Amino acid sequence: MSFSKIKFDKKIVLSFWIILIALIIAAPTLLPVFRLNLLGRYLSLSIVALGVDLIWGYTGLLSLGQGIFFALGGYCAAMYLQITSSSEFPNNIPEFFALYGVEKLPFFWEPFRSPVFTFFAIWIIPALVAGLIGFLVFRNRIKGVYFSILTQASLLVFFNFFNGQQKLINGTNGLKTDVTQLFGQMVGSESMQRLFFWVTAILVIASWFFAKWVVKGRFGNILIGIRDDEPRVRFTGYNPVIFKTIIFSIAGGLAGISGALYTVQSGIVSPQFMTVPFSIEMVIWVAVGGRGTLLGAILGAVLINYAKSLVSEALPASWMFIQGGLFILVVTALPEGVLGWIQGDGPRNLLQRFGLKRKIETYPSLEVNNKEEINE
Amino acid sequence: MELLLDSLFNGVAIGSVLLVAALGLAIVFGLMGVINLAHGELMMLGAYTTYVTQLIFKLPVLKPFYNSYIIVSIFLAFIVSGVVGILLEKTIIRKLYGSPLETLLATWGVSLILQQFVRSVPLAYGTGLVISLLIGLFLPTTFPSKIKESINYKYFKFSSWIFAALTGVLTGSVISSSVSKLSRASARNVDVTAPSWMRGQVEIIGTAFPKTRLMIIIITLISVVAITLFLNQSAWGMRIRAVTQNRQMSDCLGISTEKVDIITFGIGSGLAGVAGVAVSLLGSVGPNVGGNYIVGCFMVVVLGGVGNLLGTVLASFGIGIMTDLIGAGRLLSIWPDMPLPLSNTINFFATTSMARVMIFALIVIFLQFKPTGLFPQKGRMVEN
Repeated sequence: MSFSKIKFDKKIVLSFWIILIALIIAAPTLLPVFRLNLLGRYLSLSIVALGVDLIWGYTGLLSLGQGIFFALGGYCAAMYLQITSSSEFPNNIPEFFALYGVEKLPFFWEPFRSPVFTFFAIWIIPALVAGLIGFLVFRNRIKGVYFSILTQASLLVFFNFFNGQQKLINGTNGLKTDVTQLFGQMVGSESMQRLFFWVTAILVIASWFFAKWVVKGRFGNILIGIRDDEPRVRFTGYNPVIFKTIIFSIAGGLAGISGALYTVQSGIVSPQFMTVPFSIEMVIWVAVGGRGTLLGAILGAVLINYAKSLVSEALPASWMFIQGGLFILVVTALPEGVLGWIQGDGPRNLLQRFGLKRKIETYPSLEVNNKEEINE
Repeated sequence: MELLLDSLFNGVAIGSVLLVAALGLAIVFGLMGVINLAHGELMMLGAYTTYVTQLIFKLPVLKPFYNSYIIVSIFLAFIVSGVVGILLEKTIIRKLYGSPLETLLATWGVSLILQQFVRSVPLAYGTGLVISLLIGLFLPTTFPSKIKESINYKYFKFSSWIFAALTGVLTGSVISSSVSKLSRASARNVDVTAPSWMRGQVEIIGTAFPKTRLMIIIITLISVVAITLFLNQSAWGMRIRAVTQNRQMSDCLGISTEKVDIITFGIGSGLAGVAGVAVSLLGSVGPNVGGNYIVGCFMVVVLGGVGNLLGTVLASFGIGIMTDLIGAGRLLSIWPDMPLPLSNTINFFATTSMARVMIFALIVIFLQFKPTGLFPQKGRMVEN
């Protein structure tokens, strides 16, 4: 890489950051609350997309079960909100328990009275669950499509469990958060939603830096090594199981944070977060944005979801066609995603096709040129 | 004893649905390592084929043969799903061999499109489309070799596609004008009613057994036997097995792996269609009907081991029997005076959805001991 190119990159990065921060500061005043809320939700989804990018784009593990960790984070946040705003209900427990005749709080709800515990639970519980599932799977060298199928099966296990347990966590109805209180204010109120938008925006940037730090240096190199040739990594003396487990639980933790932010902004967490299509959608955000590029994951998540809401408002039936087509297109024609295409040779190839840019010089031609120089 | 028999019957019934659904998946996965997430939607196409056949057989011309529509629909479903599968292979999956994860995503996209297609296109025109695909794909193969080798072959091919398209439009409009139920698009679930000879129950060794379940078991049995015979006795079956074992070597020995891929994928998809007929007998048919079975099918394939029919059979019956034992709480009635904590646990899992939780958990535990399933493929490579 030449010196001038680094400078150029820095400039672009700097201006990108300035624009981004300006947008984040300006968004709450520019956008109506409904759109702001949507944007906030999509930004929170981009955190889970970062996690997917870490495990799929960098480590080559295609998880179809990120919904588990997403929903777990959401449930942690919702349980805390429900339990702290349940003082006026009978038995001091959340309202829905009365519907099923439950009088005593189930034991696992107790710790969620504490905000400190909840703060840690939101990301540690999903990370631990992810670590456990990951370790059990990776230990047996189950990988590739088997890993994908198993994560999907685990997703269904969790979905069926949460869906069926009315008496523990309100089953299929889920937990509502928009009518609960936080810091003495309704969570669904306008000012709180604005606050959540800021928190989300900051956390997206923070997790982006975190993900960048994770994939930098040796650890990141080993991840990429596992993606490209796992046996070779193993023969070189590294134990891929540890690295895969760590990165999978990091992705789980990110999914948990994302789920919690999404829950407080959408006003409800329900087993619908753990359906099969939603988890596969997460993969397509990353695939379209560009796997292996962290920025691509964020952009993909935000833009596709925004497109989804716009298309669904205009032509409800066509989104499934578009989404299906997107899956096929991105896999067959744009395997590196949009950002990967731009960073790679994509634009130059396109321009070249129209005869606008000169061809890149290849080895044989370089050799010939050198010889000519020598002759002179 | 009677209870045990009852449980066994139920388990076999659940397992046979799983088996017929997973059979095609197992073959495709075993041969190509391709995960076909659209398999459930191919099943759905089979189920809708049954529905369309049923309505067409209600027409005055075919009314006398109404009772046999279910038999006809098995073959039609095989053809419809098979043709769609072949189209899928020719257009998308072929480009993605060697990258199973990409195939997985692409087939998921296909499944979304198929679901929405059934919702927003009238079934009559859907039928017409399938017919034109069928003609367009197969008419060129029937041309004499003189035409195939001639330089004008592409024009012949092109004109056969035009003919196919015209036939498709014609059949579509004929069906939509004669069967009003098929002329409008609808996202609502439809019902397939079994012919009169399939309603009611049969008594076997003192236990009443629904005839539809029996029919499903028979369909499964025939499919398994047919597939086993095909794979083990026919020339193409041998080629398929050869490619499954070692693709490069088979290629070197002159087997056209391209053709083998198409045939395998067609047969696998066709079996999904047959499974769709079975599924349509169990409940109402909707765009999402395939999604309920797909993960179960994958579990069967993973549990059974890749490329082994016996493993698939054992795994699906195993899962079926376990589902019945756990989901219906039968363990309690077999062993009534078990200790309280144990019986509480069993009661906790004694619903259909919780039984699923338990089964999947058991499978994950099982894979801890045998990571490659019941009957793994043997080989000396580090990776497959």
